[in-house]
Amino acid sequence: MTADLRTYLAHVELPNPVLTASGCGGTGRELAQFSDVHRLGAFVTRSITMAPRAGRPTPRMAETPSGLLNAVGLQGPGVEAFLERELPWLAERGARTVVSIGGGTVAEYTALARRLAGAEGITAVEINLSCPNVEDRGRVFARDGSAAAEVVASVRAATPYEVPVIAKLSPDVADIVAVARACVDGGADALAMINTPVGMSIDVDTMRPALAAGTGGLSGPAIRPLAVRCVWQVHAALPGVPIVGMGGVTTGRDALELVLAGACAVAVGTALFHDPYACPRVLRELEELLEERGFDRLADAVGLAHRPAGAQPLSRSDLEESSL
Amino acid sequence: MAGSPVQVTGTVLTTRRVDAYHALTVVAPGIADRFRPGHFVTVAVGGRNSSMLTRRAFTIHDVKPDYGGTVELVFAVRGPGTAWLADLRARDTLDMVGPLGRPFPLPRDPCTCVLVGDEHGAAPLFALGDALQQRGCRIDFVLGASSADRVFGALRARRMGETTTLTTEDGSLGMRGTVTDVLPGVIADARADVVYACGPMETLRGVTAVAVEFDIPVQVAVEESMACGIGVCMTCVVPVIGDDGVTRMVRACTEGPVFRGERVRFDDVGTIPFDALGAPGGRHA
Repeated sequence: MTADLRTYLAHVELPNPVLTASGCGGTGRELAQFSDVHRLGAFVTRSITMAPRAGRPTPRMAETPSGLLNAVGLQGPGVEAFLERELPWLAERGARTVVSIGGGTVAEYTALARRLAGAEGITAVEINLSCPNVEDRGRVFARDGSAAAEVVASVRAATPYEVPVIAKLSPDVADIVAVARACVDGGADALAMINTPVGMSIDVDTMRPALAAGTGGLSGPAIRPLAVRCVWQVHAALPGVPIVGMGGVTTGRDALELVLAGACAVAVGTALFHDPYACPRVLRELEELLEERGFDRLADAVGLAHRPAGAQPLSRSDLEESSL
Repeated sequence: MAGSPVQVTGTVLTTRRVDAYHALTVVAPGIADRFRPGHFVTVAVGGRNSSMLTRRAFTIHDVKPDYGGTVELVFAVRGPGTAWLADLRARDTLDMVGPLGRPFPLPRDPCTCVLVGDEHGAAPLFALGDALQQRGCRIDFVLGASSADRVFGALRARRMGETTTLTTEDGSLGMRGTVTDVLPGVIADARADVVYACGPMETLRGVTAVAVEFDIPVQVAVEESMACGIGVCMTCVVPVIGDDGVTRMVRACTEGPVFRGERVRFDDVGTIPFDALGAPGGRHA
């Protein structure tokens, strides 16, 4: 008896809950050398921008204890090259593709959403809200609920009805629930969290910042408790909104932790740098853990940690006796 | 490409010290089978629950057919990751992905090749030398380092090469100076047709300048820090001029590590050149 791992992002069904995190799976071709992209729950692209971007200077990466600081700066070929070369390849292989988009103004996000609207093979659009807003002195959209909601609303309006829009949130905010609620009110069908919190590392030999950009996004198991907290808080406040949980997932146990906190899907990011087979391995481990705990369906485990203290974990017989 | 990379759990066969360096031989038939000179591997360091998340990349020094296929790496201890590797013992296991990267292109017809290596960057040159000699090429070595104990592979170079020129910055072995100081003389004496070089960026920049002066092709294998080695992390980029004349930030792990030297904008490494594709405020933006 294997557990039913199907999950839903709004109305879109995914065969399993393990996704790649944006910016961690390249174009898909790199991972396809190791395992099939169509076996992922979905492949999430790096953040696509309107124009080609060269990104930040090197060094772009610094290792920290159980973490990784990066400042790549959304290097990518731009939306036209993406639609011409990358998306068709993913579609050909049967991958469900979540296209992440990034921009500096609301208009740029909207233009991207319009450009993607006609394209074949897009399962969902994820809005990377951790981009600096050039119209607001470089303040990051995700740190301001109303700016985030404005982006979400305009992308939602420009995206076909059947394509869900996912807002990706940053943990670097005073109140993540407020931003999450603003995004949902703006029309987000699902939420993804967390993007990397901003960190910094200084090389004590050169006595200079380790990254050329100075600061960078921190990822890896070091931020997992932060991710669990954010998913927990948002799921408690907005139990009906599907959440893609991410932040330091390296094993099936970590994935289950986020699921129990309220995520209905889980994205694997930095672990892919360490282990190119991380996604199928995390999925297998998650499936085993669910079966060990007697779950028939992944959906039964979503948010289960929110049940009152002292309540027994649901078992099959409890469900049968339940009046529901 | 000679087949896609594989991830294997290799068993350490031997570990040994080679002057200032460590050499590790690992049984990894899947990688050894697919190897071409210039390929590299990445290894996970720190064991199962390691706090070190990035893989360490090493060029493959040699492969041998023993035990189905072994891979030999040469490295210097530079931090906790390489220190962990240096502590490995025979029969320990090592998570290895490879072979990765674009290997050295080989000439179609026999010609004269100068192989330049700085410190343990010279490691991949010997497998390359073998491949070149099998094609009837003449090879000459130029190996350098800061001091005598850091010159890698001098004995093997003397056995293989038509000539071998050694340089040290402190003069403790061979000529005093750097590999770029002696390279013009070696190229002139050998009437070299092509140069292959491995080592730090600064050395590759110098070697490329010399080769350009002689108007001969130069293939360089760059060393850029990387987290994944398979092309997903985007941290190992270098500015390289493409066939269309446009500079792009390309990944050393996937588009490289071997590039035509004159295509690499060594002066702009560590920056985003203003005319690179997608540079901030650039004409393509």
